Amino acid sequence: MSEKSLVQEFTKGLWEEIPPFRLVLGLCPTLAVTKAFETGFGMGCALTFVLVCSNVLVSVLRKIIPSKIRVPCFIICVATFVVIVELVMQAYTYPLFLKLGIFIPLIVVNCIPLGRAEAFAYKNGVVRSIADGLGLGVGYAISLSVLGSIREIFGAGSWLGHAVFGASFQPFTFMVEAPGAFVCLGLMLGVMNLAGKK
Amino acid sequence: MDYVLLAISAVLVNNILLIQYLGNCPFLGTSKKMDTAVGMAMAVVFVLTMAGIVTWLFETYFLAPLGLEYLRTIVFILVIAALVQFVELFLKKSIPGLYAGLGIFLPLITTNCAVLGVCLINIKEEYNFFQMLVSSVAYPIGFGLALILFAGVRERIIIGRVPGPMQDTAIGLVTAGFMSLSFLGFKGMI
Repeated sequence: MSEKSLVQEFTKGLWEEIPPFRLVLGLCPTLAVTKAFETGFGMGCALTFVLVCSNVLVSVLRKIIPSKIRVPCFIICVATFVVIVELVMQAYTYPLFLKLGIFIPLIVVNCIPLGRAEAFAYKNGVVRSIADGLGLGVGYAISLSVLGSIREIFGAGSWLGHAVFGASFQPFTFMVEAPGAFVCLGLMLGVMNLAGKK
Repeated sequence: MDYVLLAISAVLVNNILLIQYLGNCPFLGTSKKMDTAVGMAMAVVFVLTMAGIVTWLFETYFLAPLGLEYLRTIVFILVIAALVQFVELFLKKSIPGLYAGLGIFLPLITTNCAVLGVCLINIKEEYNFFQMLVSSVAYPIGFGLALILFAGVRERIIIGRVPGPMQDTAIGLVTAGFMSLSFLGFKGMI
């Protein structure tokens, strides 16, 4: 990772290393919360917040954290912000909080914040870590929103609660069930690979 | 009878990997070979059973009486991380055979969301001790079952000719989708 400009650090998260596709990390929430656009987007925002904050904290503390116990330290940094997100969402976006359920606390063990702490924030300065975290977080939010939109449009025939197709549309419920998540993500990954090759 | 139902529901109907989508990173990561899949499955069964018991005790006798439920996430992950470390040291010293078998999978388990997930489910469903015990054993068995079946399928896929862009993870996900579809068929059982 040679010297890159801040803009490059940010934009790499949007295409080059877009989390669920290029890095194949953080799959569980990707599959579970993308039944609809709303939940996917909410999850993306929550993760972006956690990722940026934990990147900043790890980056600030990188000279203090001894390398032997760095992983437990990273986990605590991430967990702190996850608890914050959990409480804030419970207070202000309660319906979304209920829909995301167990997957909010599970951001702790989502590989993305931990992976970025280890691979990036522990070695780089604060500003660059913010750019990195923001880029990957936004990339993740976009992927989840797109996946959520696809599944919602085909699975329920609506987008954000508005009917997309006419009344004669039969919802393709396979897409909002568990198998649809796997198949849809697999196909999207295939399309991304195809697009990336050219 | 309730316990049997709970066990069946945890292993098949609510299979943790394919229906609840927990623990998918190791699912795709370690399913390329049968050996690694078996190692991972064993490690998860072993650690999750212990983690379930320990976190449940922590919740019931420490967090709940003190009104500290909001710290659950942070406490659980620390307990699990410490437990994994401890199990690793213990196995290395006393059962080197098992340690060699589980090998690199043990440290990876800390960040396996299936472990934290099941611990949280146990609390959320307000299970009593024995229900918790059944669910902490049955969920990882479901995990192991799905993982080993999937590894078997995936070993065959490598032989087949998969179109370029769909190779590896992409085809793995689609395959998992169809396995998930078959597990969805158990839904009517309970």
